[in-house]
Amino acid sequence: MSRNPASTAATGPNPASTAATGPNPASREGLAAGGVAHGRIATTNNPTGADGRTLAPVERRLTQLVLRRDHGPYTVLTVADPDGPRPDPGQFYMLTAARRWGGGEDERPFLPRAFSVMRSRDGELDFLLEDVGPGTNRLAELGPGDGLHLLGPLGRGFARPRDGRRPILVGGGVGIAPLAIWGDALGAAALTLLGFRDAAHAEGRALIPGARIATDDGSIGFHGLVTELLRAELGCDPRAEVYACGPPPMLDAVKRIADDHGVPGQLAMESGMACGFGACFGCVVPTKRGYLRLCVDGPVVDLSLVPGVHQSDPARGAGSPAEVTRS
Amino acid sequence: MIEFCGISLEHRIVNGSGTFDAIAARRAFGDAIYEQFPFAAFVSKTVTLAPREGNPPPRLWELPGGLINSIGLPNKGLEGYLLEDLPQLAELSVPLIVNVMGSTREDVARLVGAFAERDEVAAIELNVSCPNVKTGLIMGADPSELAALLDHVRPHAAKPLIVKLTPNCAAPADVAAAAEEHGADAVSLINTLRGMAMDPHRPGEPWLGGGTGGVSGPAVRAIALSQVREVRERVSLPIVGMGGVQSGHHATDLRRVGADLVAVGTESFRDPLAARRIADEASSLEEAFPANAARGVGVVRL
Repeated sequence: MSRNPASTAATGPNPASTAATGPNPASREGLAAGGVAHGRIATTNNPTGADGRTLAPVERRLTQLVLRRDHGPYTVLTVADPDGPRPDPGQFYMLTAARRWGGGEDERPFLPRAFSVMRSRDGELDFLLEDVGPGTNRLAELGPGDGLHLLGPLGRGFARPRDGRRPILVGGGVGIAPLAIWGDALGAAALTLLGFRDAAHAEGRALIPGARIATDDGSIGFHGLVTELLRAELGCDPRAEVYACGPPPMLDAVKRIADDHGVPGQLAMESGMACGFGACFGCVVPTKRGYLRLCVDGPVVDLSLVPGVHQSDPARGAGSPAEVTRS
Repeated sequence: MIEFCGISLEHRIVNGSGTFDAIAARRAFGDAIYEQFPFAAFVSKTVTLAPREGNPPPRLWELPGGLINSIGLPNKGLEGYLLEDLPQLAELSVPLIVNVMGSTREDVARLVGAFAERDEVAAIELNVSCPNVKTGLIMGADPSELAALLDHVRPHAAKPLIVKLTPNCAAPADVAAAAEEHGADAVSLINTLRGMAMDPHRPGEPWLGGGTGGVSGPAVRAIALSQVREVRERVSLPIVGMGGVQSGHHATDLRRVGADLVAVGTESFRDPLAARRIADEASSLEEAFPANAARGVGVVRL
């Protein structure tokens, strides 16, 4: 799981999961549980559920890796999915290598790993990962032609900005993945702010051309936190809606800054996840409506449902964000 | 068709309680999951009298060949379940088995009585892995405690009662024998084995929000085989066997040591249709080598 990305590295917290980026759940009402029921983007004639999400085929599909590209410490896996539906921005997939899933560090991985879709086109899906644990390690070994099992698209994605607000996308590290597909859907109206640790990680900026960049060490772009860029933007014009995905401390800061400016937003969150479709109840995050399963009620959670900082324990990832890939 | 406690089933594979949420799956997959429902009967998550939020996260930890979960039985409570969940589950094309848990014999009796009168419910499974707050004993860990529970609860239901045995006790077969003697219609086993994991970032602290959790998956398969066999040697009740089943071979192994039905749990997390594949594989194997497991006939003696 991942939680803590950075730290996870080797040993990782396990598990189980990690992943996904997911959305947020809701629960009882079936519909708006995650609090983001407003206008999603109709991508195609996909089969959709009562809440407008694109439904996943029930079957786990065996597919192939088409291409892999490295950007600094990140790897983009392009996976063939000729028969799958076009995902909503913010939805995620459960991935498993078809061979040798298990037998890595600590005899893991065992469970599939959840990843937000970074882009989709012509029967192909792009996923972004960073090798931080036994699951991502195995996936990062795959080359073109290698088999993967794919289940998805799952969860609830992003909803359009309310009241014609200007979308501002804020991504940190491997959490930039769902913002790429969402930025593509929003078009030129969207401003994207990305934060990375250092120059090596900032190679990930190639994945979202036109984004403004911040690095912790100042090696590329603004020297400081990406959330400082967000604060400056909202200071100039608070008629915005914020979309964010990244490590827990970043999401906490986004929440604080958006609240300070009275700006609505949506977070793509992450939590350890075993199944991705509501079976295990493992991926809950605390919200103002109680625990929500990120896999079916998220991974996108409306900012208004997210408790203030310190109500969750970000260091353990329990309530946190969504980075999609850690583990 | 096969028969289990008077219920007709299309095949022998069901789900373990708490390992599949048909309502949530329908949100993810649409009606297709109801149309291609992988289980021959659906066993619900545990229902308690009052709603439960469940344990604080983290709730999962991946293991070599399995996982530990500490979910804490989140559910809407009896009233919420009857109002919101039961009508949706009634749309399933397979029989519904409701799993219930109470912290006193009276609570369990109320739950059993409430579901006994619902036509949507084919059978009731008792989760006895929790303490009786009045005696301090785990209801399913002690034969006399279980006997007293069944004596209290049995009169409230004409429907089949299945006792879900816990492996976290000295002698599950003794508890199974008490279940048979005091009116249970079937037993199911194994439940998860208690386990824990340490937080890699906080030395000495447990990882799971609930402190400890239950171990499941292939890691427990060998234990399931041995406990099912042991229970089969003591009782002639139908047995729902489970624990780490990932293939038709695993299901058939459990059948050969005495299980009538086989439940799939953790493997469904990896593939929502795993149970359908396992059922197909197991039925081909059984055609070739009949298991004859029913009621202890032909059970393998090792």
